[in-house]
Amino acid sequence: MNFWLVLTVNSITFGGLLFLLSAGFSLIFGLMRIPNLTHGSLFMLGAYIGATFVIGILGVKMNFWLAAVLATLSVALLGALAERMLLRRLPGDQLAQVLVTLGLSFMAADFCLMVWGGDPLSVTTPPELAGFARFGALVFPNYRLAIIVIAFVVAVGLWLLLDRTRLGAMIRAGVDDPDMARVVGIRVSQLFTIVFALGAGLAAFAGIIGGPILSVYPGLDQDMLPLALVVVILGGTGSLLGSFVGSIIVGFIYNFGQALLPELAYFVLFFPMLLVLLLRPQGLFGRHVP
Amino acid sequence: MSARPFAIAVAFVALATLPHWMPGIYYVNVASQILFYAVFALGLNVLVGYAGLVSLGHAGLFGVTAYAAGYMLQLGFGHPLAILAALVIGVASMAIYAALSLRSTGIGFIMITLALGEILWGLAYRWISLTGGDNGLSVKTRPEPFGFSLSDANTFYYATLVIFLLSLAAAMVFVRSPLGAALMGTRDQPRRMNALGYHVWAIRFCACLFSGLLTAVSGILFVYYTQFISPQTLALTSSAEVLLMVISGGAGTLLGPIVGAGLVVVVKTVVSGFIERWNFLLGAIFVAIVILMPEGLVPGTARLWRLAWRKREPGPGAIKGGAGAKP
Repeated sequence: MNFWLVLTVNSITFGGLLFLLSAGFSLIFGLMRIPNLTHGSLFMLGAYIGATFVIGILGVKMNFWLAAVLATLSVALLGALAERMLLRRLPGDQLAQVLVTLGLSFMAADFCLMVWGGDPLSVTTPPELAGFARFGALVFPNYRLAIIVIAFVVAVGLWLLLDRTRLGAMIRAGVDDPDMARVVGIRVSQLFTIVFALGAGLAAFAGIIGGPILSVYPGLDQDMLPLALVVVILGGTGSLLGSFVGSIIVGFIYNFGQALLPELAYFVLFFPMLLVLLLRPQGLFGRHVP
Repeated sequence: MSARPFAIAVAFVALATLPHWMPGIYYVNVASQILFYAVFALGLNVLVGYAGLVSLGHAGLFGVTAYAAGYMLQLGFGHPLAILAALVIGVASMAIYAALSLRSTGIGFIMITLALGEILWGLAYRWISLTGGDNGLSVKTRPEPFGFSLSDANTFYYATLVIFLLSLAAAMVFVRSPLGAALMGTRDQPRRMNALGYHVWAIRFCACLFSGLLTAVSGILFVYYTQFISPQTLALTSSAEVLLMVISGGAGTLLGPIVGAGLVVVVKTVVSGFIERWNFLLGAIFVAIVILMPEGLVPGTARLWRLAWRKREPGPGAIKGGAGAKP
């Protein structure tokens, strides 16, 4: 009983992290029609940059939350630059855009190895959340519960942004029908940059928030990218609800799979994705077929 | 004598005498690697270049074949049986890949093959009782066809060269056959081909099987060359690497993937001896080629060459490869 409850809470925590990672991935996919293969790298970059700020750079140690915000902003800027300078040069050529993101992910992985070396960095849990919460006989780390809250707050914020603001309406219009959106005067290519920066920032934020749980190591990008892909394919591209439900499902499958069927953990993870691709290619809540 | 047969003759003589003019065993081994990766790239090129279907899961097929050969040998079967079983398993896996992924084209095809490749990688990595997990499988001996022991670097090179030439010839025959022409038709105008009465799905399926066969052949050469196979061989990075070979050389040409294989293997093995950051360099080359020379080095150089000689032939100056073709 205890085992199952702990596993459930861990699954929801991991699902929350995955939501932060994949919400941007899903929006980029929905709007630009490409799977952004640098998304895992952005997660890892965010984690490394944040960890560097926390550990201390040039003798200045930063508060965890300030470091998280700075890492998020710097990676969002990087994302915007990559979109402006590289993807922008290949308008409409989706295959070429995917390949560019793939090449960039190689470069980012090697860059991180060059700067931060091969040893994993551990990020200390922010002191105000270092304790444990007790529920009767059960004990949960506060930080894991905090991640669930953070993911939930971000989800609500994103929903408000997409559903209640002018920018959100423009993004939704671009996802649904980019050509028609252009006709009515929405500058879709500008939206590309905004959404790319937003997605990059969210991925970086997930990276640093996940730091105390996952730690930061070379290959983190390769571990996270497939998860984001599974989430978005399960949930459907361009749909916030889809990423949310997909993240929670994948969080459960991943944790329960690791615990119960360790030999087949990845098979268990990717098999549902394959089923969805074959039976319902637009995903559970998707708006269109990729 | 025109330039083309002359160049082919020079290349053939250079390849046939390579162990005699290379400065050492190390470089002969690099040449062997280039040749079997070229077979792999030719196999992927059948899909990327001629069918317009970009696969990001081919390293999975390559690895499955290698694992199959390694596992058969570990069970105590002889080399001929292990090779045969590996070929059958490789092509059968491709058939499953094709049956699942040919439901879509374009980005959908990329994502399904990516997922399949990740599944195979995950199995290799985690199914430790079968694959040895991260420790991998090692292959103790190389085969001795007709009494030539392939444990010698030069002999292995020649065996690889023969198989490479056979694969190249097979690819050439395939591309120039009516099936190859129909395949390019399905790449450029799938609807029209369908209206003309061609079975687009079946044509693509055949192309997949041929691609799978070449991939399996290169997978077997790989496992005998390194005498070791680990999950890293099946990772997305490996799929991306071979895709880079095809695209950098020139998708949809026969020479392109070979040049691409040479470029990538040289960067990976030789240059990495001088520069530590070869992965960064590979990524940078990838980005640069996609942005600056999307048709690849071979057609791109040919175009520059024609421009330089002011021999502006009518017709398409730049061959539009599969990478740029719309589904």
